[in-house]
Formats: sequence, C-alpha cells, structure tokens
Amino acid sequence: MMRIRDIGPAVSFTWDGKRLQGQVGDTLASALLANGQRVVARSFKYHRPRGIFTVGSAEPNALVTIGSGAAQDPNIRATVQEIYPGLEARSQNRWPSLGFDILAINDLASPFLSAGFYYKTFMWPRSFWEKLYEPFIRRAAGIGALSGQHNADHYEKAFAFCDLLVIGSGPAGLAAALEGARAGARVILAEDDARMGGRLICDNALLNDAAAGDWVDAALAELAAAPNVTLMPRTAVTGAYDGGTFGAIERVGLHLPHQPELPRETFWRISARRAILATGAIERPIAFANNDRPGVMMASALRSYLHRYGVAAGQQVVIFTNNDDAYASARDLEGAGVQVTLVDARADAVAPAGFAGRFIAGAQVCDTRGRMGLRAVQLRHGDGRTEWTRADCLGLSGGWNPSLHLACHMNGKPQWDEGLSAFLPVPGMVPGLDYAGAANGQYDTAACLAAGQTRARAALGDLGLSLPAAADLPKTPQAAARPMLPLWQVPGKSRAWLDFQNDVTTKDVALAARENYTSVEHMKRYTTQGMAPDQGKNSNVNALAVLADVTGRSIAQTGITTYRPPFVPVSLAALGAGAQGAGFAPQRFTTSDAASRAMGAPMIEAGLWYRPSYFPQAGETHWRQSCDREVGYVRNAVGIADVSTLGKIDIQGPDAGAFLDFVYTNMFSTLPVGRVRYGLMLREDGHVMDDGTTARLGPDHYLMTTTTAAAAQVMKHLDFVRQAHCAQMQVAFTSVTEEWAQFAIAGPKARGLLQQLTGQALDGADWPFMACGPIALGDVQGRLFRISFSGEMGFELAVPARFGAALFDRLCDMARDLGGGPYGMEALNVLRIEKGFITHAEIHGRVTGFDIGMQGMLSRKKDFIGKAAASRPGLLEDGRELLVGLRATNGSLIAGARLFTQGSDAVRTADQGYITSVAYSPTLDASIGLGFLRNGRARMGEVIRVKDHLRGVDILAEVCNPVFFDPEGGRARD
Amino acid sequence: MRITCPNCGQRDLREFTYMGHAVALNRPAADADLAQWDDYLHNRDNPAGPTDELWYHGAGCTAWLKVRRDTVTHVISDAWLVMPPSKGVK
Repeated sequence: MMRIRDIGPAVSFTWDGKRLQGQVGDTLASALLANGQRVVARSFKYHRPRGIFTVGSAEPNALVTIGSGAAQDPNIRATVQEIYPGLEARSQNRWPSLGFDILAINDLASPFLSAGFYYKTFMWPRSFWEKLYEPFIRRAAGIGALSGQHNADHYEKAFAFCDLLVIGSGPAGLAAALEGARAGARVILAEDDARMGGRLICDNALLNDAAAGDWVDAALAELAAAPNVTLMPRTAVTGAYDGGTFGAIERVGLHLPHQPELPRETFWRISARRAILATGAIERPIAFANNDRPGVMMASALRSYLHRYGVAAGQQVVIFTNNDDAYASARDLEGAGVQVTLVDARADAVAPAGFAGRFIAGAQVCDTRGRMGLRAVQLRHGDGRTEWTRADCLGLSGGWNPSLHLACHMNGKPQWDEGLSAFLPVPGMVPGLDYAGAANGQYDTAACLAAGQTRARAALGDLGLSLPAAADLPKTPQAAARPMLPLWQVPGKSRAWLDFQNDVTTKDVALAARENYTSVEHMKRYTTQGMAPDQGKNSNVNALAVLADVTGRSIAQTGITTYRPPFVPVSLAALGAGAQGAGFAPQRFTTSDAASRAMGAPMIEAGLWYRPSYFPQAGETHWRQSCDREVGYVRNAVGIADVSTLGKIDIQGPDAGAFLDFVYTNMFSTLPVGRVRYGLMLREDGHVMDDGTTARLGPDHYLMTTTTAAAAQVMKHLDFVRQAHCAQMQVAFTSVTEEWAQFAIAGPKARGLLQQLTGQALDGADWPFMACGPIALGDVQGRLFRISFSGEMGFELAVPARFGAALFDRLCDMARDLGGGPYGMEALNVLRIEKGFITHAEIHGRVTGFDIGMQGMLSRKKDFIGKAAASRPGLLEDGRELLVGLRATNGSLIAGARLFTQGSDAVRTADQGYITSVAYSPTLDASIGLGFLRNGRARMGEVIRVKDHLRGVDILAEVCNPVFFDPEGGRARD
Repeated sequence: MRITCPNCGQRDLREFTYMGHAVALNRPAADADLAQWDDYLHNRDNPAGPTDELWYHGAGCTAWLKVRRDTVTHVISDAWLVMPPSKGVK
C-alpha cells in the first residue's frame, strides 16, 4: 500500500494515538491505506482482524470512533469520514489493542458460535438473563460505545422544498439536475459523498475525449451558477415518505475541526414534487473461505483509491471477477505499476486488450492466508487443480446491485432481473420517484447520461414546465460488456463470509435453512444477516442467493427482505435536534413568573406552564411548612395566587348562550348578565371532559374558563362542535388565555384588600357570591369575578397581561400587610381537597357526572353533548366507583393506592376503588384524600383498607363526604 | 404527508391533528335510540382504500376538515371545510 500520487497538502491526524500524515481530500480510509494500516477493526462476533473493504458509504468493516470525551462519535465509517487537522480516530471492539485482542478466542470457538447460538445456549437459569448473559454478550459482541456523558454538540433540523430532487450526482444525476436547472425548476441535488460526480471522479473515464472530471466540473459550475439549484454534498437521502417527503442527513461539521457554533449534522426534511433516484449501484463480493482478511477489497474500490486518492491498495493484487467491470481495475492498477493477476470465473473470458499481467479464465479464488493481512490466495482452476499465489490485496467483483433501497421505503418490492442477476426497481414504488442510471440497472455511462436526461425531462413535463430542447450529451467511449456469470459462493470447508459487519457466513444461512428458517425474513432474523449498521448493503443479495441455493428455489422465489429507512445510519442527536433541555417542549410563563422565582419559589410544570409550588420563607426546612403556612393565609387572612394559566375562551354572538347550553350539561342562556356559573362539560361518550366557570359579561358575551390541563383540548372540542353541529349559529369565540393576567384573592380579608385596592365597597348586595363585572384600577380596565376555589371568600381579578407583573407585586404587598401573602400550587391543592373540589386527578377521562355526584347538573330540558351516552344504564348504577372523601385513621394516605373492604385480601378481584388526590390538611390536622369507591355514597362512615403494593402503604381510612371543610359553603358567601 | 387546507393551502402534517372517521359529523337526533348512538360513537369500518376522516388544523386556521385519504397508499385526494363559509357565520 502506498501513495503514488499526491492529492493535496499534508494533514496530520492520529490513529489509536499514533500521529499519521494524510492529505487534503483524503477520507480516513484512504489516509490509513496510504499509511499501510492494514488492520483497522475487529469483527463483531469473532473479533477477526479486518481491513478497509469499500470506498463509500456501504463500508462494513472500517467502523471507528472519532473524537473523545463527551463528544466522541462511535461507529463512524472511515470511508465516509474526511480527515482534517487534528482528527482523532480510534479502533473499536478490541482489548487491549487492535493488534492483540483477547476476545479473538471467539474465532477459535466459532464451531460453537453459529447462528442461533445465543438463543440455544443462554436459556437457563432465567435469573442470569439480565445480570450475567446480557452484559457478557454485549461486551464480547459489539461495536463502538457512546461516552455516556451529555453531548453539548449542536445539531439542527431543517426543511427544504423543490420541484425536482435528484438523489446522487453520478452521470445520471448530473444529467438530470442539468435538465431541471435549464427548465427553471427548483432543483436539489443531494450527494452522500463530499464531492459530486459519482463514479465519474473515481474512474479513469473519458467524456468528450477528455477526462470525465472536466465535464463534471463544467456541469457543477453550471449548476452552482443557477439560482434555482441547490447543491447538497455530504447529504445522504435516508428515507422516502408519504407525499413526496424525503429525509436526509447532512454532515455539516463532521469533516472539520470542532467548532461549537457549527452544527455537526443537520437532518433535512425535503418536500419534492418529483424525485429521480440516481444512487448508482453497489458492487457485491463473492463468498469463499476466509474472504474477510485485511487486504480483501471490492475491485471497484481499488480503482477509486487509485484515481481519486492516489493510493495503490496493494503491490501484488489479485482481481477475482465474474464480469467485465473489474477489468478496468486490473488495467488501471497495472498502469500504476502494480503487479496484477486477473482471475475470471467465466471459462470463455478473454484477457483485456493491453493487459500484460497474468490472466486466468474459468478459475476461482477458494481460500486465503494471512491473519493480520492478506499474504496469499488459493486459486482453483477449471480443471480442479489448485495453487497458492502471493498477494497482499485481493479485489472482488461479483457483479452489481442497483442501489434501490429508497424506492422500497413505501412497501414496494423490487423485481429480480435474470439477465442482470440483480433486483431492479419497478415503476411507481414511491409516487413521484423515478429511476435513472445504475440504480435502474443501466450500468454504462452513456446509458446513465441518457436516462438521467430522459427521466428528468419526463418528470419536469409532468409538472407542466416548458422544456428547452434537450442539449447534446457528452460523447462516451464505446463499451460492449459481455454478460456476467452469476457467482455467489465458491464451495469450501472453511467459513465464507456474507455479512462482514455481523459476522454471518454461508454456513449460518445453511444452518438457518436446515432449522426451517427458510423464509428470507426468518433467515435474516435468525442469522442477523443484514441487521448491522450497514444494513447488509454488500451482502443481502448474496445471502438470499445462498438461501435460494440451499432451499432449491430460485432467487425470484426466495424474494428479498424489506428495506426500511434510514438508508445510512442517522445519529439520534440529529433526529432529535433542538429537542433536548429547554427545547424539549415550549415553555409558557405567567406574568408573575419572575417575581415568583425571585421569592425562591420552586416552579413545577403544569402542561407547558410553569407555576410556583410554594414560597419558602427563612427558617422553613420542608415544603410542608411553607404549604401549611400558605393554607393558613387563605383560611385566616388573605392569599394571592396566579390563576392565569386556566384557559380563557371569549365567546360572543346572539347564539352564544345557546352554544354554551349545547356544550355544557347545564344551562347558560338563563345566566343573568354579571353572574358566573359553574359548568360541566362532557365528551360525546358521556364521560366528563372538563369543568370550569363561565361568566356572562353582556347579553351576547360570555367568558369561559377551562382547567389549565385541558385548555387546548376544550378549544379543539368547541371548534368541532361549532363547525360540525352548530354551523347555523351566530357565535364566534377565541382563546384569550394569554391576554389576561388573573389572580385569586382568597380569604376572610380578601374583600378588605380589594376595597383598599379599588376604593369600592364590593359588599354582598352589589357583589354577591358568583358575581362578575368590570372594575377600574386607576386607568386600567380590569374584570372582577367573585368565585372561589378554596371555599373562602374569594375573588379573581383579571387585568390585561401587560399589567400582570405590577398587579401581582402590589397584591402580594397588600396581602402581607394583612397577615397573608402569595400561595403556591401545593397550598392551592390542599385548599381544594379540603373542599372536595375536583381537578383532572378526579376527572381523568373515565368518570361520569354521576360518578362525581353531579348527575343533578345533567339538564333534562335540552340536548347537550354527551347527554344520550350519559344516560346509558350502565353509567348510572350505584355499584360504580363513586367520588368519596377519605380520612386516614392511622398513617398517611397516598394517591394511587387501592381501596379494599376492611379485612379482605388486597388482591385485584377484591378491589373496591382507588385514591386520586391526597393532602395533609393543616385546617383539620388530618391526612385526607379524594377517591373513587364502589357504591361509595352509601358507605359513609365505613372504615376501609388502603393498600399500595408498590410503595408499601397499608393503612385504614374512614369514608366521608368529599367536602371536608365548611360543607354548607357559608364561608364563601356573605 | 401534507394536507391542502381550503383556507391555508398545502400544509405540513404536523399542523394537523386527527379525530377518526367523518361519520362523527352525522350526530343522531337527541331522541334517537341507544343503538343508533352506539353506532355513532363506537362502530367504525376499517376500509382498505379511500375513506373520509376528520382533521383539525389546530396550528393553522383552526378549521375542521373532512379529508379523503386512501388508507392503502396514504394519498390525500381531497379536503373540505366541515363548515363552509356559506353555511354559517364565524
């Protein structure tokens, strides 16, 4: 292995800690080859030494780890990774070193490690599965590892739209993109490689009697200059989805020294009206004994390393082929001064013109030697005679598989073409996706160029674009290839590899067939063939050909496994870009958020909102101390709470009342202006959806409040009911949740505080319980609602959101002067449980109005959503689980605990109900809770068993009225 | 996948949420018997081919759409407003 031509300035990088020199333009693979690094990896199962096998993105062997620390990226294909100054690359799956790997013992144990070995061996005892077997297997069989640390690297998501997406930039792709560019279409040309041109820049080919690269450069210059064309190198299209959507992964920063501000990768969603698959073809190897040694490579890769990277991968090269394409590799290597032996499996093959090396027709390579690097290959001649010949590199060509994976992503099945011995895509597998060039089985350059042009013109014509006359395509040399000879495996006794990445051999496939895994999908899962990160790009067709052979079927009958996205590995960090930490979900903040945090309140999430849990004071060491104190504010003085997160829906129009009558179980058209009413809302299936108060602000004007949790759901529901069932009504509504900041002022001193704030009397005659109306705070027009979620004298004061922060500060100051202060969600929860007020802990989607004791609110006078279903007999039975209060007689209640008759076993069949909400009530000095108990309303006073198997709670509680405190409700009234 | 909203034009799937078959539009009369209600609430066909279903353009114009989608190919062939502008006042 040596560099025979410089391709750029020197670049230094490290490999397993050793400093090496590459050149600008190198991949890690070409640089390692140029440095004579033959072993670059250890195989997955047998820990066999492995070398670089391919040149492109289908590489099965050379997976490496790039970088170190939190940012280390495992399982990077050395054939894709470009080198840059300071690149730090390490080998994987070896210990203690790449050269000496203890677990290579697995290779000697290979007779015991066949397909299905794990399933058959590690069955008993069951307790060993997770503790012993799995950790051991994971350590022994493996690839690279993540750092386990938080990765602060930056990834992005992006969206693109085009008329024509061209996937692949070889001759077919370039010809297609040029047509799109000239027709004025919005074109995206996506290419997995860092450089565009496909095989044209990897072969010593001629176009227009000049180097093909010249034509590629001219084509790219024209495309780059066209404003309607976007060139996307380093971008692999990974999946085809509904409606012309394609996923793609772009390597933005992976080929450059680390720059924190630059994304490492960007995941694209590309919406394309038409697409052309011009992804070329992947050369397939041939299976024979020990065909996995370092130095065994694909024949076309040898040519690519030579022409594109100036690297000869060997000094004594044997090429083993069943087709004409590998002849070019043989000729080109010979031209570079390499000694080449060309072995053609076809008996009638003729040495290529001008080839001076040894040429053997009708022979096969049947074995190799050289554990840490190929030393010799064994040939079997047509007459059965065998010989060993020295070689440090072996190029394989078993033909080509069109790279049609994307065409199969929407369930389409490709068809076997007997003439080409390959699967070909069939039209219409993905709507809007056409195929051109080698991806469609057209292997010669002239056919690729013509297909790219024709298929693109057809697609652009479909889109109604007017096309200029087709330009002349570049002239290609005449090439007449003779037919290939299908050859999948060479018979032999030793292991012959199919899937290099997962260590699957022909013996494994035969074993699977013997054990009746004869379906190709079963064989795949039993042997793990094609299930490694490379998804069997080199090996799937070979494996199913071997399976067809051992089962006596044709390849067409055997069929092919299903190709699914992604086409190449996609890092989860790119798929989840922007969605970690604060990006995980939108955050909604109230106007009192800053003030609450400044007071040291821990914030808790309520849907997307953040609300204060409690407001700690000096000397308090436990949240309960703060919570109990805040409950005391409301019960004895006055407390302030931000309730802006409740959904607010402004409803207007002559039919507003009728609309509310239809969505609530109770009447709202009869609600007087200036009054508020509690409403219960059902789903059409008769179960409770939400509850809340609705105020009538004017004859045609209502303001509905929803719970914080269900605000969006209720809005969607109202939109549906209005549009689907109430189209004739004159009513309009919109969410005004963010427009208003609203604060609860609750407690015996609430009125006093508001009198001081507003200068108004607010007495019971003008402002009785459940009154509402406008109120002026200086120049600010607010709204006041006399409602209570605590059972105390309570008001809620709303102002336009821009005044919220100032009002909150003022209310807190005034409350403090009266012996009160702000209270958080913990206290709010205690206060409502003491009063038996429900939240979505109780109305969790499976309860009816009957269950929560509100059957009286289901109006008989009108139709409403959920009325018919709520009247079903099964929903009105006393034996249902009904809302009750619970008061612990010993210990503390816990939400989620199950209820049982005292003395009965705590087993599922004896289950009587469950607890939904609990609190320590400082008012009652008791552990209280709400829950649902079978026939609960008839069981007041009964002592029941409370059992939580998970958390070890087993106590007794007395069943009681869910309204623990002030059951008559006098405190909220005057 | 994209849906062409009659109000907003072709929009990405993620602007919409799904609510099942468009049969939900055909609410029985208040006095219909329970069997009719049961049918309306619970019983759905599972067609292989074109079917009409309800989508909510919640991240757009908040219109409910009746969308014709082929369950085999996922091709969306048409979309209508559940409440056309002529039908009501909003």
